[in-house]
Amino acid sequence: MDLQGIWFFLWGLLWAIFFMTDGFDFGIGILYPFLGKNDSEKRIMINSVGPIWNGNEVWLITAGGVTFAAFPIAYSVMFSSLYSALMLILFALIIRGVAFEFRGKVDKKSWRNIWDIAIFAGSFIPAVLFGITFANIFKGLPIDQSGVFQGSLFDLLNFYGILGGLLFLLLFLFHGSVWLSIKTEGELHERSKTTALILWPFLLITAVLFLGASWFYTKLYNNYLANPILFSDILLTVAALFASKFFIKRKEFFKAWFSSSIVIVGSVFFGIIGLYPNMLPSNISTAFNVTAFNASSSPLTLKIMLVVVIIFIPAVIAYQAWAYYLFRGKVTKEDLAHEESY
Amino acid sequence: MDLVMLSRLQFATATMFHFLFVPLTLGLSIMIAIMETKYVRTGDKLYLSMTKFWGKIFLINFGLGIVTGITLEFQFGTNWSRYSAFVGDIFGALLAIEATAAFFLESTLIGIWIFGWKKISPKAHAAVMWLIAGASTLSAVWIIIANSWMQHPVGYVLRNGRAELSDFSAVIFQKFAILQFFHTISATYIVSAFFVMGVSAYHLLKKQSIQFFTKSFRIGLIFGLIFSIFTALEGDMHGVHVAEVQPAKLAAMEAHWETTSRAPLNLFAIPDEKNERNFIEIGAIPGLLSFLGYHDINAKVKGLKDFPMEERPPVLIPFLSFRTMVGLGTLFILLTIIGLLRRNRLLESPLYLKVMVLSIPLPYLAIEAGWVLAEVGRQPWIVYGLMKTSDAVSPLASSQVLVSLTAFILIYGLLGIVGFYLIIKNAAKNPVL
Repeated sequence: MDLQGIWFFLWGLLWAIFFMTDGFDFGIGILYPFLGKNDSEKRIMINSVGPIWNGNEVWLITAGGVTFAAFPIAYSVMFSSLYSALMLILFALIIRGVAFEFRGKVDKKSWRNIWDIAIFAGSFIPAVLFGITFANIFKGLPIDQSGVFQGSLFDLLNFYGILGGLLFLLLFLFHGSVWLSIKTEGELHERSKTTALILWPFLLITAVLFLGASWFYTKLYNNYLANPILFSDILLTVAALFASKFFIKRKEFFKAWFSSSIVIVGSVFFGIIGLYPNMLPSNISTAFNVTAFNASSSPLTLKIMLVVVIIFIPAVIAYQAWAYYLFRGKVTKEDLAHEESY
Repeated sequence: MDLVMLSRLQFATATMFHFLFVPLTLGLSIMIAIMETKYVRTGDKLYLSMTKFWGKIFLINFGLGIVTGITLEFQFGTNWSRYSAFVGDIFGALLAIEATAAFFLESTLIGIWIFGWKKISPKAHAAVMWLIAGASTLSAVWIIIANSWMQHPVGYVLRNGRAELSDFSAVIFQKFAILQFFHTISATYIVSAFFVMGVSAYHLLKKQSIQFFTKSFRIGLIFGLIFSIFTALEGDMHGVHVAEVQPAKLAAMEAHWETTSRAPLNLFAIPDEKNERNFIEIGAIPGLLSFLGYHDINAKVKGLKDFPMEERPPVLIPFLSFRTMVGLGTLFILLTIIGLLRRNRLLESPLYLKVMVLSIPLPYLAIEAGWVLAEVGRQPWIVYGLMKTSDAVSPLASSQVLVSLTAFILIYGLLGIVGFYLIIKNAAKNPVL
């Protein structure tokens, strides 16, 4: 396999890990006003991701950074084309980030309410917009021969795009509610578990709809039809979705979360596999597609970055896994009494 | 206002706002690591209180640095897409390395430091802060290497209308990057030192927790003194190198129009760019510019008139920002020397303490002025000698950038007010001992 092909796969993997990790904290942020019935429960929800949300978010920086390093032309076309959507996502991430840190710093209800809104909006907007933008990437963007986007934010709000937004929203809500089931006890735990089970059928239906809509709105299936073994990604993803529900019912919540992680990674790869070798297909003309081959950096850069990634990414996964392990277990009311808790 | 100007304003807003928080993170992380290590070594609970007091401020500041940093990574692609496509081979790689090697470590460990007090040993917890300091520093290394490449591009070839990497070690070990890194990092230590000294001085004036804040002041003082002197000396080396590789920047920051040897340095001037002269020049010191730029009083210093008009930087901003930076830098040396002399009599030096409280914002001003000098002095180039800023912007509608610029000013304005309010509130609190 060539350098550009390897990098295409790594690029997809980094985005997949981003959605798998930050996905559940987006989900929790959205569920926040609904599942957190009082300040104590709200704080438990925040503290369930408190030690790890920051590390999760860096996968976005890395995915973006790697897009820049390995495929600078794709980075340049993608980020300038999706300007309005990315600006909205950016502002949302900014207010969410400071909300976690600032919320507990002043003991006033009005102060906390403001940051509660920030947590919700800062989680909801990225979840939905990432779904909309990625669906539009799968479908094809109006990119001309100079790589200039001939459209606006509103062009992204087409049926397939919105369906993608809905899919991501449900994926993250489900993933978040499963995480909460692991990390909480008592009534909050019961509510989280019930939420997951209620969301599940909607997620299944939306996923099936999305798979079907992809047949009509995208060329993703071409790669699958040419190499039918690739359908295993779709099968694995759907199997993981069923496994997740199975494990919830058996109260094996970590296995359920691991399964829903596979669902997210598998969903992202459904698109990545289908796109290859395109990164940003153009719906004006396929001649204007931004591909892994016409958008990549020089072989020297790709080789150096490969060495960097082979050294650092396994290390990152190892120490992030250690952080998750260090903070395993339930978040309890006693934990909230510690001065450092959010 | 046109697309290029709006895009430049937005970039400046985002980076200068981010840089209000990064310096304190870089320096304070080290100082807190020192405090926490002293606690682990001596068991003296005073050091634990110091760690927690300064730590609380650190975390508010750190959070603001993180969120405003996301903007920067996005912004190269969103607003400077033509630049990104041109330099991605080199610049993109450096940013990606910054993320994989440094950001991950920093962001994962901060969660452990905040929440892990009871989960890991005190020794391990202190080590975590050292690692956070190390990771932040590593991040600074990579981003400065990246900026240095923009100032003095090396290790590349032009191919297919892009800059392609040809020599990675040339890029990461180049003299400009080394000099710019040490200059910047030591400047951030000055910001942190004066912050700690100023806040400590505030409490000492109120005679609160005297031992606590005397110890804190001393840690800040050592940092401040060493790095004020270092920044000035190393800054001279950096300036000489800039004179060599960016002569247009030197001419602009000195409002130097005519090529002369034994070039004088004007203490103050108001440039008249249209007529290629200065309206007024005050305090011309003969030969000083030649000496500062080349360490040779007879050296020829190229004037702005000898550069083609479309390759000249703006004059007023680099001129004023340079003088601000150097003037304040000199003041910092003075103030830390006074602090050294009075370190055992701080409580009997209320005037000095008051000055130190009021001086907290000054290193912030100096460090921003320095960065403005570096970037505006590089104009009209975005990559010196290789790509013009005006050719680098994304093909967007001006209205789009006007809207996002307005949003940045509003949101950052609010965040800044809230953030500094929280920092000041926590800094002014008498610590729990």
